Amino acid sequence: MEIPVMVGAGLIVIGAGIGLGKIGGSAMDAIARQPEATGKIQTAMIIIAALLEGIAFAALFAV
Amino acid sequence: MRKENIFKILLTSLFVLVSLNLNAKEAQEETTGKIDTKTGVKEFVDHHLKDSHYFTFFSDGEKGEHYGIPLPVIIWDGGLKVFSASKFHHGEELVELNGNYYKLYHNKIYKTGPDGIIEYGESEFPINERPLDFSITKNVTGMIVVALLMFLMFWSLAKNYQKRSVPKGFSRVLEPLVVYVRDEIAKPNIGPKYKKYMSFLLTVFFFILILNLFGLTPFGINVTGNIAVTFGLALITFIIVQFSGNKDYWKHIFWMPGVPVIMKVILMPIEVLGMFTKPFALMIRLFANMMAGHVVVMSLLGLIFIFQNWIASPAFFGFTLFISVIELLVAFLQAYIFTLLSALYIGMAVEEHEDHPKDHGEDIPVI
Repeated sequence: MEIPVMVGAGLIVIGAGIGLGKIGGSAMDAIARQPEATGKIQTAMIIIAALLEGIAFAALFAV
Repeated sequence: MRKENIFKILLTSLFVLVSLNLNAKEAQEETTGKIDTKTGVKEFVDHHLKDSHYFTFFSDGEKGEHYGIPLPVIIWDGGLKVFSASKFHHGEELVELNGNYYKLYHNKIYKTGPDGIIEYGESEFPINERPLDFSITKNVTGMIVVALLMFLMFWSLAKNYQKRSVPKGFSRVLEPLVVYVRDEIAKPNIGPKYKKYMSFLLTVFFFILILNLFGLTPFGINVTGNIAVTFGLALITFIIVQFSGNKDYWKHIFWMPGVPVIMKVILMPIEVLGMFTKPFALMIRLFANMMAGHVVVMSLLGLIFIFQNWIASPAFFGFTLFISVIELLVAFLQAYIFTLLSALYIGMAVEEHEDHPKDHGEDIPVI
């Protein structure tokens, strides 16, 4: 693997990590505010996380 | 000295020891020219990820012998030809059938001349002709086994309900899962028409789940980590979504209501592209997740053989165990995600839209 490709893969992982962190953090905030809506928040969180993951994987395969 | 300092020193010395040992091993191998463990591990992982014409349980690397079951080869090359994969002798021998010669090369069947030479093109890929391969490979065996298993499981569950309203035995494990798929995945995402799609959602959920769990066993069948399999599953979702799409679904793709005409024209190609990116993302997600999981587990396991010392081995054993447990979670999560997103896409297609009011704005009641 060449160095630019490695750097690109690293950047993708950093981006995906930031995105997942934001989703998880916001979900935690939301659950703390409204613990009774935990189930709905978790479902929405997983859907968004899965979509983000799909993009990250697509980019990794493009690399 | 304080306790924490001792702990820090111990930790540092552990890492130094481990890295020193690794360097020493590398130097030794360079001088003696022994079989490179790193290459061996890499080959093993590669082999594990790929489909195969053999069901190999274990191999003796030193003698070069493999212990396992050869699977049937079915090829179409001007007529159907069926023979056992044992004829290939793990790629060492040619198979001759009616004057045609076939060679197994990197788990793929190529047509060669009587000398068995594989020719390479400019792109380093073999340019030999390939017959159509319908073989029952390791992955196909896995899928057939899972299909039979599912049939037996759900047949017994259905039988159970004929006798009593509360199931007994293993069916008690299945019932909550089925109810979960119905109440948490199908009902909220598809709406009142969910019943029609339950059979597909249940099938796809249990098929992916059981295959994912099978992938974690030492049999080493990596079915859901094969892009052809996930392509097939995503294709079924795509077809179901397109065929259950109602008038509103197609209207929202080709002539988006409620926006200016210029936007309608701009949105049309984007929406058409969206039709295809959804199942594409389904395919990539499942494939990449399962393959990445297998690679991580196998690599950590391989590190034990690369380091080969008393400090690193238990540590990597622990890591492997940890990642395996995470993979158990991922196996469930990916089956859930695939079913959930399928249900979501179907829900989008069958959703009944109320008439859009002429003036979008404040007078829409907020529930």
